[in-house]
Parts: sequence; C-alpha cells; structure tokens
Amino acid sequence: MTLVRISDDALALACGADAVAAAFVAAGCTVERVSSWGMHWLEPLAEIDGIGFGPLFPEDVAAVLAGTSDKWIGAIADHPFIKRQQRLTFARAGKTRPLSLADYAATDGWSALNRVKSLTSPEIVAEVTHSGLRGRGGAGFPAGIKWRTVLEAPGPRKYVVCNADEGDSGTFADRMLMEGDPFQLLEGMAIAAQAIGAQQGYIYVRSEYPHAINKLNAAIELASEHIAPFRVEVRVGAGAYVCGEETALLNSIEGKRGEVRAKPPLPAHEGLFGCPTVVHNVLTLAAIPHIMVPGGAGLYDSLGIDRSKGTMPIQLAGNIRHGGLFETAFGITLNELIHDIGGGTASGRPVKAVQVGGPLGAYIHPSQFDLPFDYEAYAGADALIGHGGVVVFDDTADMGALARFAFQFCAAESCGKCTPCRIGSTRGVELIDRIRTGGRDADAVEALAQMHNARKDRRSRAEDLQLLEDLCETMQFGSLCALGGFTPYPVRSALKHWPEDFA
Amino acid sequence: MTRAERIAEICASHRGREGPLLPILHDIQREFGCVDAEAERVIAHELNLSRAEVHGVVSFYHDFSAEPDPRPCIELCRAEACQARGVEELVASAEAAAGERVRLKPVYCLGLCSVGPAARIGDRLHARLNAAALVKLVQSA
Repeated sequence: MTLVRISDDALALACGADAVAAAFVAAGCTVERVSSWGMHWLEPLAEIDGIGFGPLFPEDVAAVLAGTSDKWIGAIADHPFIKRQQRLTFARAGKTRPLSLADYAATDGWSALNRVKSLTSPEIVAEVTHSGLRGRGGAGFPAGIKWRTVLEAPGPRKYVVCNADEGDSGTFADRMLMEGDPFQLLEGMAIAAQAIGAQQGYIYVRSEYPHAINKLNAAIELASEHIAPFRVEVRVGAGAYVCGEETALLNSIEGKRGEVRAKPPLPAHEGLFGCPTVVHNVLTLAAIPHIMVPGGAGLYDSLGIDRSKGTMPIQLAGNIRHGGLFETAFGITLNELIHDIGGGTASGRPVKAVQVGGPLGAYIHPSQFDLPFDYEAYAGADALIGHGGVVVFDDTADMGALARFAFQFCAAESCGKCTPCRIGSTRGVELIDRIRTGGRDADAVEALAQMHNARKDRRSRAEDLQLLEDLCETMQFGSLCALGGFTPYPVRSALKHWPEDFA
Repeated sequence: MTRAERIAEICASHRGREGPLLPILHDIQREFGCVDAEAERVIAHELNLSRAEVHGVVSFYHDFSAEPDPRPCIELCRAEACQARGVEELVASAEAAAGERVRLKPVYCLGLCSVGPAARIGDRLHARLNAAALVKLVQSA
C-alpha cells in the first residue's frame, strides 16, 4: 500500500490539504499527516517515497498515483528551496508527525533535556551564553544574560513564559513550530525551567491560532512525564496585538488589561505575579534543545555573522512567488532572499518595497537589498529584523497608504497607557491624510476668535512634513514600548524612499 | 440553572488557576456569544474583583463583545502581507455580498501570509482567495 505524507499545518489545511488527503485515502493509500516543509506555494504538498507533488487538488490524485502528474517536483530534500537552507530549529519540518512521541524520540528528541539533568544551573546558563543565542522575538537580547539574571534573582517562585502572540503580519514561524514540532518547544521550556529553577510555565498563544492551541494542549498532555516536575499551561490571548509586548503579555496572563508596564523593573526581576520570569519567543525556546546537545552551543556560535549568531527562520511572505519558511544562518541579503530564493513577486511585476520585521518594521527600498540579515546592520540602516518576517510588495503598492495604515494599526492596537502612542497614532493618520490631500484650511472651531493659539492660515506641505517628523520623533522616544516607539519606522522609511506616494 | 448560576459554575471550574479571568471570559463568550453587564457582575462577585476591574478587561480585548451577534462571521485578514496580495480589491464585492446578513470582520494576521488573501470562519481557514471565491464563501456562510 502506498504511504502518502501530507501536512496538517493550518496553512496546508487552508489550501485544501484535508480534501487531498481524503482523495488519497479513497484511492486506497495510507495517509500520514506530518508537519509542513515550509514550501507554501506548493501546499497542499504530498510526499510519496521522498518525491513531492504539489500544489495538489483532489482531482490530481489519480494522475499522481499513475505517475503521470505534472505536479511532480522531484525529491523534496533535494529541492533548491530546501537544499539552500540550514535547518536547526526546523530540522524536523516535513519529516515527523507533530504529536508522535515515537517520531520525536527517533529524531534525537529529549536528548538535550536528559543531558541537562546532570548539569548544574550555572553550567546550563554558561552554555546558552556561549552559543550567542539572542531573543528571536525582535529585540535580540542575549538569552544567556536573561537566564543568569533570573537565576540570580531571589524568589521562591519563578516562571518560564513563552511568548507565542505572533501578531506581526508576514510572520508564521511560531505557528509552524507550535503546530509542527510542539515537543521541541516544551523541551526548550523544560530546560529553561531547570536552569532557573521554575516549576510552572505558560505559553501565551493568540486566539487567531486555534490549530496551534489544540496541538499544544495535546502535546502537553502527551509529554507531561518527560518534562515533569515542570508543568506548562496554554493561555489563549484575546485579539490584542499589544499583548505580544512582554509586559502586556504578563498582565494578560494575570487576568488584567493588556497594558504595557514601565521598565524597570525588568520581568527578569519582577515578572509574572511579581516573580522573576524568563520571557522568550517561541523560536528562542525552540532553539534551546539543539544548543544543549553536546557541541550544539559551539556549532550555533560558529554560524552567522558578527554578533548575530546561529540561524534565523526567515518568513517569506506577501507578494512573493516562492513564499514560505527559510531558515538560514544570519548574513543573507534581501537580494538572495527575494530574487534567488523567492523567485521575485507572485504577480510578476517589479518589486517596489519590502517590509522586514512586521507592521513596525521599516519599508526597505530595492537599492538597499544588499543589506546583510543581521541585527546591527539593520539597526544601522534604520530598520529592524524583528521576528524575521519579509513582506514583499510589487510596484502597485501605495506607500503613502501603507504609511497611513501603520498609524491606523497603531491607533487600533494601542493599549492606551502612554500618550505618544495613544494620541500620536491618531494624529498621524490625520496628518498623512492632510499631506496627501494637499493640506486644509482652519476649521470652524480653529477660526473662532477665542482660539488664540490656533492657526488661522493654511499650512504648507513643508510645514506638515516637519510636523510629521516631530510626531515621529515624539513617538519614537516618548512611547513606553515598541508599538508606539517603532511605528515611525514604516512611516519615515516610506516617506524617505517614496515621497511621490505622498503627493 | 439560571444564567447567573451557569456563569458562577464556569468561574468555579477555573478555581485554582493563577490569573483565571481570561480563560473564564473566553468560556463565557463561547457559550453565550457575549460578556454582558450581568456576566461581569457575577464574575466580579466570584473572583472578588470590582465590576470596574472586570469591565476594564472585557472592554480591552477585541475578542469579547458586550452584545451577542448571531450573524455568521467571516474574519478577513487585512494586514500588510494580505494587502500585498491584493485583499483590498476584494473588500467591496465581499461587503456587497455580505450585506446585513453576514458579519465581515477585519483581522490583522492569521499567519497565512505567504498564501493570502486569507479568511477564517470559526476554526476553518481559507487561503488564496480571489473575489469570486470570497463572495462564494460569504454566500455560503
């Protein structure tokens, strides 16, 4: 009987994987549901004896089985998109059944956790520090230093919190990992717990990811013996983007409004319920198991460039022909990512702009596409890597509208605690509208004699642009967290490179 | 069992959890389609919080609503990656098809950013939508 492997990842399901799987079953095949390879333009992708076929519809199944299908893509492992990658965090992608403990153990699962059981906390922390691992959520803070801070912080209770509130548009690596390899995340959390002395962990998942929530809950039940005495609970978010900010996330778990906290105190000192807490993104925690195997830390440190060590799961999204998950060592350029690997735009039109790092990331102009993927290089170019999402836009994109959207999104999602973000975002929308429609005269209220300080004449475009710059500066330096603080990145970059779109 | 008793029972089922408010609100929203003033009053009593505290949390999060909306709901992703793949051009025809019968709700990212435009109905996801496919989805919702 023919064994067919098809992903049960949410993206594959959205593209119709269940119907394709059912058609294979109806044709007498055995179907195994595995994680996704991350070649999203080929989903639903079926694998038979290592050979891939995709994207499939149920009516393609007969031809696939007869060996006459034009959806044949050859050996999946040799596909250029897979071959060019260096997969550590996503080493199991496409190869294992997400909730199979047997598959996990057969692919070196739990070996890192078993190894650290004979190590002391400072030894574990030293290895994580040596690996050079930095937080993958966006800020890029060294993980080892965070662990040491929590380890040394006094307190009877400590927590490990996984930030799985992946709200950035253009990112899906957390979702793919939670759905495709949930045990790896739990193993990473258990190692972190052992290192800092935590008994309880939480995974905060956004409510937009129902499949990930179900997989995690099932995985926690299956793996409870392996990670004991550590316990993990899934907490479901409630549609607030700002809860991806770590202090808002902690408030949300505590059952409060997802408002940002002022720092200090850092969560490492006073985090969840006031206790020392390690908060990490999914990808950071999932990197821990392969760092904590013998030689893993050294290997991680040897990859990447400068102070950006190891690999980054980059997510190719938006208007790109070959979108999907591309994990590689730091240092790759956007030219390689978009043209060599991604195959240009899906629409076939020229690339106009690329937004890296989610809704708060800068729009990058094609003239900067030789920038190496590296935290410091991006920061130097007034851009950010964020969570590694790369969203491609073709030449039909209206950058003025996208800049307005950045403010509008910030206004909708602001937690409201600090003024620059809460008020500034709304003023930003108004200001961009004014710039794009050629200014406005004083309104009825402003024209009143009592309004001494209100301006009576029309503002020039140059004055409005100056006002926008002032607003961006206020938001960048005056906001409590990255939501208000980074919204100026997409706005300023759009205005700088495509001023014609603001006319 | 009255509604208030059922809500108290939901609260009790989460006893022993640290920070139980969000899981409780999710359960109530799922069961009753909303978290209204009466529910807030019962929760406040059960968790020993003020009604203002509970209302502050309920009103903060997009997932909780004060009134039930019995219409079928389609969540359409309107974030940047789906914009890059042309979601905005589908909105007008989808809204026309939806009319008052179907609720068309914007969401910001379903994590299907490489195969957008994407939509969600309950736990079912739909990707690679074009105008015709989305209209069909709206009509069959």
